[in-house]
Amino acid sequence: MSVPAEREPATSAPVPALEVRGLVKHYPGVKALDGVDLVVRQHEVLGLAGENGAGKSTLLKALVGLVTPDAGEIYVRGGAVKLRSVVEAANHGIGMVFQEQSLVPNLTAAENILLGSEGAAVRRGVYRWDVMRRLAQEQLDKIGSKIDPLARTDTLSFADRQMVEIAKVLRIEQRSQHPPVIILDEPTSVLESKEIDTLFAQIRRLREFASVVFVSHRLDEVLDVCDRVTVLRGGQSVGEVATAGAVPRELHRMMIGSTGSDDHYHENAAEPVEAEQPRLSVRGLSGKSFRDIDLDVAAGEIVAIVGVHGSGREDVCRALFGIEPTSAGEIRMDGKKISLPNTRAACAAGIGYVPAERKIEGMVGPMSVAENMTLTKQKARCAGPFVVPKKQAGLVDRWIERLSIRTPTRDTAIQRLSGGNQQKVVLARWLIGGDIRLLLLDHPTRGLDIGARSEVYRLMRELAASGVATVLLADSLEEAIGMADRILVMNDGRVATEVGCPSGGKPSPLDLVKEMV
Amino acid sequence: MTVTTGVAASRRIIRRGAAFRDAGPPVALVVIFLIFAALSPQFRSIANVQNIVDAAAVLAVVTCGITFVLMMGSIDLSSAGVMGASALTVSLLVANNRNDNDFGLAGIAAAIVLGCAFGFLSGLALVLLKVPSFMATLGVSAIGLGVATLMFAGVQPNISDAMLKSWAIDRFLGLSYLTWIAAACILAGWLIQRYTRLGRYAFAIGGAEEVLTLSGVRVKPYKVAVFTVAGAFYGLAGVMVTSQLGAGLVQAGNGYDFSAITAAVVGGTLLTGGRGGILHSTVGVLLVMVLTNGLVQIGVSPYWQGGVEGLIVVAAVAAAVIPQRRRNQVVK
Repeated sequence: MSVPAEREPATSAPVPALEVRGLVKHYPGVKALDGVDLVVRQHEVLGLAGENGAGKSTLLKALVGLVTPDAGEIYVRGGAVKLRSVVEAANHGIGMVFQEQSLVPNLTAAENILLGSEGAAVRRGVYRWDVMRRLAQEQLDKIGSKIDPLARTDTLSFADRQMVEIAKVLRIEQRSQHPPVIILDEPTSVLESKEIDTLFAQIRRLREFASVVFVSHRLDEVLDVCDRVTVLRGGQSVGEVATAGAVPRELHRMMIGSTGSDDHYHENAAEPVEAEQPRLSVRGLSGKSFRDIDLDVAAGEIVAIVGVHGSGREDVCRALFGIEPTSAGEIRMDGKKISLPNTRAACAAGIGYVPAERKIEGMVGPMSVAENMTLTKQKARCAGPFVVPKKQAGLVDRWIERLSIRTPTRDTAIQRLSGGNQQKVVLARWLIGGDIRLLLLDHPTRGLDIGARSEVYRLMRELAASGVATVLLADSLEEAIGMADRILVMNDGRVATEVGCPSGGKPSPLDLVKEMV
Repeated sequence: MTVTTGVAASRRIIRRGAAFRDAGPPVALVVIFLIFAALSPQFRSIANVQNIVDAAAVLAVVTCGITFVLMMGSIDLSSAGVMGASALTVSLLVANNRNDNDFGLAGIAAAIVLGCAFGFLSGLALVLLKVPSFMATLGVSAIGLGVATLMFAGVQPNISDAMLKSWAIDRFLGLSYLTWIAAACILAGWLIQRYTRLGRYAFAIGGAEEVLTLSGVRVKPYKVAVFTVAGAFYGLAGVMVTSQLGAGLVQAGNGYDFSAITAAVVGGTLLTGGRGGILHSTVGVLLVMVLTNGLVQIGVSPYWQGGVEGLIVVAAVAAAVIPQRRRNQVVK
């Protein structure tokens, strides 16, 4: 292992902790990194922003040795280095907290913190629990965490687990004499807002003795906690923003490369709803985590349900698709009473559901676009029990064109498509039958970049205009306000209030938050 | 920091591990034991309890080995073949009627080393050739049976080694030497599981293998090592069966592969890995033995035994996943 030679700084400015110059990485058919530059100064929190596919994750992986770049240089404190593995990156003082929490759930916190670098805690393959506990405690003390090092990791809260991860990544201090560079990849995605505050306090502490690279798709967070933001687009660095005084819109603009549409939610396309009778009418619906829910949705109307985690809104949505059992209440579609004991009944009633976990519940990854699209409405592609290939091909191609789904062919495996195009296929599944009356959209834009979101919004407007009733669980309050005609605020399993949300008379997020907590 | 805090600390982990869901099998063991004891006076006699424990010895050793593999989330079907090869090896190396060998303990050690070699082979096939463990170990089992058949060569080797024969006969504190050997294996297995990197990593691999890789741990050597350790246990089990039978038989390990998985699963070791352990498996072994013995004692025909064992393992797996069952859950 070669220790990077310290380069004498030419000026009085300190050498950057980490510098990337002209990094290139090709994947078959894609240029993930196209000469990206990045500078991480000592003792700063650098934000990394960019749409999905901008090259963020490839860059991060290159920084911790999980991806070998095709060209370009990485400098650690002025010296050029080659990072071929996580261990080599750690030896240079670079460590990463991964997006999916990467702890072994059935080990103790202490074991996770020391995993792979147990040092004196394991002698000749034999554990010394007392030493292990002490070493782990030292790490936890560094970040001021009160977690019991011998607690099993799966008994800890998400926030505590994140602390364990940070304590773990700080072990790289043992491998390098220099201040470490800590990379946090989407660390807030699993946290509640209070836990996020704790994390931010932690990041500011880390800055005292380390450099931090912070990645989040929530731009307000990036601006809140970072000193400086580098924006990536198309595998290149397209700009740098000092966060003091910056606003999210500025970053948005750099990320998508144009001024961006001010009408993000296509409000122009929203049409006033005139309904004599609601399409969906729910009275007194109760279940395990919700009670006495009244809900009306007219044809062509988009009703958003908002609420904090635990408000029960997800379960209401799932109950309307026959997944979650209900104990009381009445559901009517176009005035006709229906019961939803299972998803089959919901489908038969003309209800469609787009689940939040697209990759797990929404699609069958290795199956083709065509198969995924025709999964539910079998009749549309069949004659009797047999699939008619011609019928299926024509149908699928028609919808690929109508929703402008970007896929090489209809037979491409859906997992090879981008998130936005996957989501369009999932939506198309409900549309091909032509009998859709009510769409339940559970976080339909989760994990999508701004461009793809915008297309999903446009699609929602079109469906509404064609008379489909929509229940939306939005990803953010802004999205709910932007898209909905009416908003139901849920709190602790009940409907707290209902807010009209017509185009031109939108409530402010603050009005809603008041009722949510 | 003193040693006592270390001990107290590890004890605390044990206590946490023995959470509610882990209490099921021990409670079931006690309840089933009491039911049979109430139904049958023969069952509750001291001699029968000794019988049950002695009969459990070989299965306990096999289960010790397979538990590490199961903890890792892999499966091992090689025990039957490995035990057969080990049984023939030991019976031809200690004093016997086929040749003039009389290596005593060295012969026993050789049989155990042979078991290691078979385990090593399974592990290599898994990590280098990427053969799924159930297929790799099934193949190794067949190889083991083939090797045993070659060594058997049509003439059964009867052993005359006094020490090896005495293991099955002589008793200490009312239990046979084989039972004490099994107890030592359980203790050794527990120590490996709790105090060695090998044991903890086996547990961690079953929990989240990719996390180990991301932490810079090279997982493959540990996988091979786990299969090797398991092979050592099977090798010893083959020796123990030879001691019981007084002869080396190709079929020495017949049925132990399935029984050991049954015992481990009944004891609370998950087939998906990451949960359970040696003590769980030991309880599982006793549960299986109490059930089979008890059913015979209350007059159920022994011909039922195989079917009952199959029922138990399916029921146990079903019970283990009940807490995780949700509506619309998909099972493959």
